[in-house]
Amino acid sequence: MKTRVAPFKALNLGLTYVLLITIGLFAVFPFLWTFAISITDKTVASGVSIFDFPQSLFPKAITFNNFIEVYRVFGLEKYLLNSVIISFATVLGTLLVSAMAAYPLSKMVFPGRDLIFGAMLATLVLPSETNFIVNVLTLNKIGLLGTYWGVVIPTIATAFGIFIMRQTYMAVPDSLLEAARIDGATEFQILWRIMIPLSRPALTALGIFTLVNTWNSYFWPSVALLGADNLQPLSVAMLKLKGQFNHDSFNVAAGAMIMMIPVLIVFVAAQRLFMRGLEGAVK
Amino acid sequence: MKTKSSVTFTAYLLLLPALALMAVFTFYPVLYGSYLGFTEYTAANLGSNTPPKWVGLENFRTVISDELFRIGLLNSLKYLIIVPILQMASLAAAVLVNRQIPGIALFRAAYYVPVITSITLAAVMWDWVFTREGLLNYVLEFFKLIDPSGSFGWLLNPNTALWAIMLVTFWRGFGYYMVLYLGGLQSIPLELEEAALLDGANAWQRFWQITVPLMRPTILLCSLLSSLAAIRVLEEILVFTNGGPLNSTYTVLMYVYQKSFGLDFNYGVASAAGLLLAVVGFILSYINFRITREDAPKRGAKA
Repeated sequence: MKTRVAPFKALNLGLTYVLLITIGLFAVFPFLWTFAISITDKTVASGVSIFDFPQSLFPKAITFNNFIEVYRVFGLEKYLLNSVIISFATVLGTLLVSAMAAYPLSKMVFPGRDLIFGAMLATLVLPSETNFIVNVLTLNKIGLLGTYWGVVIPTIATAFGIFIMRQTYMAVPDSLLEAARIDGATEFQILWRIMIPLSRPALTALGIFTLVNTWNSYFWPSVALLGADNLQPLSVAMLKLKGQFNHDSFNVAAGAMIMMIPVLIVFVAAQRLFMRGLEGAVK
Repeated sequence: MKTKSSVTFTAYLLLLPALALMAVFTFYPVLYGSYLGFTEYTAANLGSNTPPKWVGLENFRTVISDELFRIGLLNSLKYLIIVPILQMASLAAAVLVNRQIPGIALFRAAYYVPVITSITLAAVMWDWVFTREGLLNYVLEFFKLIDPSGSFGWLLNPNTALWAIMLVTFWRGFGYYMVLYLGGLQSIPLELEEAALLDGANAWQRFWQITVPLMRPTILLCSLLSSLAAIRVLEEILVFTNGGPLNSTYTVLMYVYQKSFGLDFNYGVASAAGLLLAVVGFILSYINFRITREDAPKRGAKA
């Protein structure tokens, strides 16, 4: 019996791995290819084309010149800096607003609490696809259209962030807060000294999701920065890069890798967070 | 002892930033945007600082009789084809990676990488796949599926452009839904699978007769999310084709975008089109909830 089952099992496992690898290649081949292109030495005498399959996937001569060239010629540092400023301001703003709002919603009793929380959750199902029209008009009216602030401010108060923080605060025992209150701590002190230090893992998770989303976001920054090209983040400028270097895919690939590598590092470091589907649970 | 009113004051003070921002940038746009749909309001109004003028249903008549909008609506609805394919593939992928075999975490992670890829980067990379001398044609020619002499750029052909973009949506979506399904799968009791295995059910039967019925709530939720995303597709279109060639990838939100900031600066008409899209979204949600509700008693009766 055992001898009959074993080969079948081995075959089954083998097929599973073939399937896993096939799907894996479908998922990551664009990165592998783009990476290969980005480190290809395009100056070799015989000439190279990115469409010379399968050679273009396995560059013979390797160089980092494409990275230097795209950085220098395209002025990539400007867009990189914009991405960094916008992403970090968004992360900080989101964490601050969410951490503050979640505290009264989870640990304080006051009139209107349930109504406010309900209204915040309702934003998850409100049709929001055309909000950008009114938001651009509003930013224009208050003079923030085409500024960093204009990109950041409308995106930092989210039901998702407040919900995540509220869930975490709920788990903090009330007795801890009561003890602090008896010792004469104000609500602000409790939030700052107890709640925020205790919820550091949740803040980290929220921060990482916000960071990746903001770094990658394309549509909103592109409309909020309409006409302010020099403030565009990489995610928006990338398309311009593609247009400008249309003849030089090697530089474009290098630019793409510069944008992707930080995200990949964050992802590898915080992989478990993403795999838990935390984001999907609320989105 | 703190008074009740001071607690209330502190609570609202802490809530103030979130409430103010949400009021201005989340709730107000829904209300004011709906109002704009019934008004005449363009860039000219901004210049001369004149308020929107109420025109009743005129914008809606303009939108509905506009052929571009109808093309957009048709393409947005066509995009729904992605939903069943994407959901079944994601669920199958979740089943596949829901096994404790060496290296499985690596595969799960690899499948998720497209999810954290910016649409702009996807555009850069997939353009090289779809172009005439690109990777897709190379692969198809390699397997003798197409004739090299008749090859074309997939994004430049009106018959294939929308399908090509759908493939990218699939690529960026299946890891996302896989993780959601994985969460659901891990709550299915192992004994059930084992019992079926003892009864001699093969993998195919187990998938359709155990996994799918038990995962039904998750499947319905994911299908709803996926459908709403499909009819609202915009970013993919903007970065790949801008609606072309010959409007073959022109969607409803593309219309809204062009009417507002892309070309026309006619905020009234754009808002009206947006409202019509929201109605389509509500209809899809309603259908989904009806299916979920009808589903509940049936399952109860079976159990």
